[in-house]
Amino acid sequence: MKPAPFDYRRPDTVEAALAALAGSNGVAKAVAGGQSLGPMLNLRLAQPAELIDLGGIAALRECLDAGTSVQLGAGITHAQIEDGRIPDPSRGLMSFVARGIAYRAVRNRGTLGGSLAHADPAADWINVMALLDATCIVMGPRGQREIAQRDWMVGAFTTALADDEVLLGVRIARLSPGARWSYYKVNRKPGEFAEAICAFVDDGAQGRRRAVIGAIDGAPFVIADAGALIERWDEALAHRHLCEAGLEPGTLEYQLHAVALRRAAAALAVFTGEGA
Amino acid sequence: MTLPMPVELCVNGERVSAAIEPRTHLADFLREHLNLTGTNLGCEQGVCGACTLQVDGVPTRSCTVLAVSCTGAEVRTIEDFDADPVMAQLREAFSAEHALQCGYCTPGMLATARDIVLRLPDADDARVRHELAGNLCRCTGYVGLVRAIRSVLDARKTAGAVNRT
Repeated sequence: MKPAPFDYRRPDTVEAALAALAGSNGVAKAVAGGQSLGPMLNLRLAQPAELIDLGGIAALRECLDAGTSVQLGAGITHAQIEDGRIPDPSRGLMSFVARGIAYRAVRNRGTLGGSLAHADPAADWINVMALLDATCIVMGPRGQREIAQRDWMVGAFTTALADDEVLLGVRIARLSPGARWSYYKVNRKPGEFAEAICAFVDDGAQGRRRAVIGAIDGAPFVIADAGALIERWDEALAHRHLCEAGLEPGTLEYQLHAVALRRAAAALAVFTGEGA
Repeated sequence: MTLPMPVELCVNGERVSAAIEPRTHLADFLREHLNLTGTNLGCEQGVCGACTLQVDGVPTRSCTVLAVSCTGAEVRTIEDFDADPVMAQLREAFSAEHALQCGYCTPGMLATARDIVLRLPDADDARVRHELAGNLCRCTGYVGLVRAIRSVLDARKTAGAVNRT
């Protein structure tokens, strides 16, 4: 199918994008790489009256390595992360995850910020940013503000980003040299949307021992203190977390996530830095 | 219908300017406006890979990219690769290894295969297969495709080794 008609603007600064959004009375939709919105337009699942294309804004592709943290521009593509062309705060986790997002042709255009703003529960970055407790940096008519990851995703395809705001980027605290991670995704074929995502990060030096249970109905479920599960696999404890995440024992969804959680924990135990 | 917008881009080495509806995706622009029908459309939702071509040097889905967003871009379709040495190797290998039957996926498959050969010269068969996940072929079962790309990777490695000595 073909998209329904829309008007189109391609501002080259954040200020111009904000002005365009403000002038649209809420009918405009911001788009970055268009790798999620493009198919939705073609299928007419989305029929915005106007598209504001953020792809022409060079400032959104800037990164800042501040030592203890790294700020990544919202316009950074999955392929840039996959290839290690940007500073990596995650000891290879982000590059590993990027390689598993859709397909290379999609990764060449799809962006970190676009994925976070789209907030598909089954997408990768929304889960990775929850795991790493990243901070979203947002610009709007009322100025710049920061949104903690736990407040970012309100529900499936819904974020704290207002209609007249633009996501500038994310700030991620750098993992310590000895930190370990694991990431396990269940999907029917490489590049498909995930049916379950579970991940761990174990950064003892900073006291960050977290896990996520993702690709669930809403925002990723974060286990803020996953120390016990990291020390020793505990079926009853895992079961409690899975139930808290809203998964119902006996269902396929529960089973897929239970397997993903167990395999992510197992992968963490044998962490090599090469991937889960 | 919304008003046509100007777009100016470079297609297969030639400057092109046109006025098109913003909703026109790149594949439709190439096929309907420029009559470059070598780019095939399958799913039009970024899944099947049939419409994969090169934008600014990298493989891109032309069904999920708006033509108006390509202002200033360098687009290369399958029609532009006749003289490309890597594509020449791939064409021969595809033929020798039965990497196509109906041919519908082939333009997109070649665009992806060329990227694999140039970007991942050390790819093993499992990696080649993984990279091909974004291009659906329902004729070959992928065995011929993997063999074809394998043979080009090996041939280029051998040639490279010879050149270095």
